[in-house]
Order: sequence, then structure tokens, then C-alpha cells
Amino acid sequence: MSTSRPIADLDSPSESNFNVALPSRHGLDKIFEVASWVATFVGLIVLAALLIDTVVDSLPRLSWGFITNFPSTRAVAAGVLPALVGTLWLLVLTTLVAFPLGVGAGIYLEEYAPDNLFTRAIEINISNLAAVPSIIYGLLGLQVFVRWLLPVTGGRSILAGALTLALLVLPIIIITTRESLRAIPGSLRQAGFALGATRWQVIREHIFPLALPGILTGTILAISRAIGETAPLIVVGAATFITFLPTNLQSKFTALPIQIFNWVSRPVVANPDKNFQFNAAAGIVVLMVVLLGMNSIAIFLRNKFQKGRA
Amino acid sequence: MKSDFIQESNFSAMPTSEAILEAEKVTVHYGSFMALRETYINIPKNQITAFIGPSGCGKSTLLRCFNRMNDLIPGAKVGGKIRFHGENLHDRKFDKRIEEIRRRIGMVFQKPNPFSKTIYENIAFGARINGYRGDMDELVERSLRQAALWDEAKDKLKQSGLSLSGGQQQRLCIARAIAVQPEVILMDEPCSALDPISTLRIEELLHELEERYTIIIVTHNMQQASRVSDMTAFFNVKATESGQRQGYLAEYDRTEVIFQNPKEQVTQEYVSGRFG
Repeated sequence: MSTSRPIADLDSPSESNFNVALPSRHGLDKIFEVASWVATFVGLIVLAALLIDTVVDSLPRLSWGFITNFPSTRAVAAGVLPALVGTLWLLVLTTLVAFPLGVGAGIYLEEYAPDNLFTRAIEINISNLAAVPSIIYGLLGLQVFVRWLLPVTGGRSILAGALTLALLVLPIIIITTRESLRAIPGSLRQAGFALGATRWQVIREHIFPLALPGILTGTILAISRAIGETAPLIVVGAATFITFLPTNLQSKFTALPIQIFNWVSRPVVANPDKNFQFNAAAGIVVLMVVLLGMNSIAIFLRNKFQKGRA
Repeated sequence: MKSDFIQESNFSAMPTSEAILEAEKVTVHYGSFMALRETYINIPKNQITAFIGPSGCGKSTLLRCFNRMNDLIPGAKVGGKIRFHGENLHDRKFDKRIEEIRRRIGMVFQKPNPFSKTIYENIAFGARINGYRGDMDELVERSLRQAALWDEAKDKLKQSGLSLSGGQQQRLCIARAIAVQPEVILMDEPCSALDPISTLRIEELLHELEERYTIIIVTHNMQQASRVSDMTAFFNVKATESGQRQGYLAEYDRTEVIFQNPKEQVTQEYVSGRFG
């Protein structure tokens, strides 16, 4: 106790070389707390306003019939069934193509590939590809999948659309996979190798299971983005008025964002039978439910795999 | 008798058993940087050999040569020969058999690094990937017993290895290394992240393991080296003319000689705590 200063010394800073200046530091602290609070809530309020406005607009149309009806020239009778089914097809096909390719490429680049000029060039290009505007992917898809691969895809088909979206999310999945793998400490790899494990045994048993929640979350978020994409699908040639459901991979198709875009572009008129604006709002609500559903699956899977391991 | 273990003439150690590992003119580069210069050392079988020396002296670098862990470091280049039962491990013909080398020459790391799996699986993994055909339950129990962890772990084999304390985790890592039935266990500062009581338990364990295994232990703790080891190698760093710091083996002898009557001035200064 003899070495501790008496409390009173706190009030006589003149003796020390420190200008503590607590009031002004606390003031600055408060300012930044408020500023970051404002930044958070500006975004939240705008989002909430959009959401409420859309939901209110959608109410006149939102019904079971809206989901089970085909498009119609009469706004009240028009539904999103082909678009919803098309979106679900795209979702599944895109995932089936993009997930194995993206995760495989990510594992190769992070765990196997040597660090040389070639792999670094690949790395930079993948980062660039992740930033390429989606319409460019649409043009690529149009040329490659619709025209060159016509015998396989059948032209402007649901397969061509899914492959285009898969290309779009591939760089993001690769990057997510690499980041998730990189977050696993190297000491675990060393532990595996030191026991005589091969690289694949180490990855399969110790690295990949730990990285999987992160990979799944990133993948589902990327695919959610892709499902909301309109531009590449328009370029690839999704139809806007379809009165049948896709039956095979070469079927013509439409998707929710395309349908919404189509309805939004119609003129606003007083006649409720001709006013498709409400349909657009209801379509947005359906699309958002699909996306929220996917995000919940992402959270569910992440929690499941995190608990599942010891 | 003339020692086989010390090749340089000014050393006169006389270990009493045959050499299991022999380093001959081993030089390690990381890129253009030479981390360890021309080292000769023979490791006696079923004894504990301690590597001591200041940071950057190349002791861990040499340790990683014995199970070719340096292969995993990009840019690392190992020159010279490491003989294991007389065969050069760095020979090209072993490039396809590195896994077998690492099974027979196990390793325990500085920070406990159990797998994110159950205690049972931590032990069983190495045995399983190496095609162990015996009774796995029995192997897990035997390994945990040898690592003096059985009593603490037997009721929670299905719990995560990460649920153990730091000292227990390190003993789990030792058990894991033992489970693949190696001949040599390399330990890279295995106690540096542990408290004194856990350290003591590991040191006691080392004496029990010595009967079955050859142990090489890198340590910064000189008391530890003097307590546990039969042989001690003192590594030192030397600055070259270009200002690079190279590690080299300064002196290698029986532990009591190194600590009580070293031949080299630098060894004397280091073990007495005057530098390093």
C-alpha cells in the first residue's frame, strides 16, 4: 500500500507529464458513438420504409391465387407460378453447378497450389471477376451457353440461365472458400501431417469440416444475390410471359426478378384490372420470402455444423 | 571408446547406445537465408536429447529436418544427409514415402494443437489413416495411459479434445503421437505454453517414454534440459560478414558435461545464464 498514491493525486495532474484531458476524450468518444448509431439507423429506416411501402402495395394482390396462377393480361388474375418455379429451378441448378466447382477450386488454390506467378495471376483474376458487372456475365452466357452450346442447353433455356448465374457466383464462392480455409490455423495441418496424413486426409478430416460453416454461409449468400439478378437473365433470354412450367433443363423459363421487372415497366393506370404495380409489389414480397428462406437455411446449416463437431 | 556421435574432434561424448538418427553436414536455407550451417549430430536411441540455444540458432529448424516437416515450408531447402537407421531420409526415393517417415518419427508442437474432434478421435485418427488393424479402443486406452492422461480422460473420451486444459491438451498431443507407434518423438518446446505444474508432469512423462522411444526435445528452459535429457546439443548464432545470422551446432555432449564442464566458452556463458 505504501507505493500507491493517495486518491487526491488524481485531481492534481500538474505534477505529471501527462495531460490526461479526460473530458475532451470522452466527448470525442460520445460523438463517434452517436455518429455510428446514426449510420446504422439511416440504413435501417430506409430499408424499413421500402419494406413497409412494398408490403402495403402488395396487399391487394397477395393471396394463394397469386402464387398458383399463371401470368394473365388481367392484373387481378395474374400470378407468379412460372416465375416462382423458374426461380427455384435456377436456385437448385446454380447451386449444383457452382458449389462443387467453386469449393473445389477454392480448396485447390488454398491448400494444394504452389505459390507462384501463375497462381497469383489466377488469384487476382478471380478477385476481378467477382467485381465484374452481372450484365457482362449475361453477355458471356448468351454467347457461350445460348449460342455455342445450343445443342446442350437448347438455346434460351433454364439450363443456359443457371449456367450463367453459376459463372456469376463462382468467383464469390471460390473467394469465400479460400477465406474460410485460411481461417483454420496452420497448426492443425501440421498436426495432421506430423502423424503421416496425406494432404487430402488432413483437409477432409480436419480442415474442411471446420471451414464448412463459413463456406456454406458464403455460398448461400452468393446464390441469394444471384437469384435476385435480372440483367444477366434478360440477356440470356428469359421469357416474360410463360404459361407453362419448366419440364426439363431445356425448357424456356422466366424468373421472379424478370416477372417483377416486367410488371413494374407497365404503365400506372387507375383501372385496377390493368394496374400491374400491385402485382410487382406482391412479386417482390414473394421473392423476398424465398431469399429470407434461403438465408434462414444458411443460418440453420451453420449452427448445425458448428454444433455437430466436437 | 571413440565416440560415433560427435564427429568434430573437440567433442568427446560417449553415449552408450547406438545412433538412430544421424545428421551429416546438414545445412538449411529458407530462400537465400541460411538458417543452419553444416551440422553433424548423432542422436542416440532410447535416450532424450535436448537442443538448447538462443532464438534463431537453428535448433527447431534441425528438428524439422528429422521428419521432413521443412518440406512444408515454401522456399526451405535442406542440404546434407539425415540418416534414419542408416538411410538418408532426404533421398529422392523417400519423396513418395514421407507419410511413413512422419509416422515413424512423430512430433509434438510448441502450442498444444489437438484436433477439433473428440479425445478418442484425436488418438484414433493417426492410427486409422495409417491403416492400423488392431483393436482401436485398446490402442486409445494404451496411448492415453502412456501419456499419463487416461485417468483424467477416460470418462470423457467422447468430449472435444479442446475441452481439456492446456497441459492435458499437450499430453493428448503426446498420446496422439504415441498412437501411431513411432520410434522417435520430436518435441518442439512442448512446455513453453504450459504452467510449471503441467510442465513437471510432462517432464515426468518424458522419463517414462524414454524406455520405448527416442526423444529429441527443443527447449529454451535450461533447467528443463538439465533435468530431463541424457545428451544436450548447444546451438548458437553467428553473424556473417553480410550481417545474416546463421545457426550452428556449438557443442554436443552428455548433459552433465554441457552443464558442468563444457569445453566451449560460449556454452559455458549460455548455460550459466550470462547470455542468451
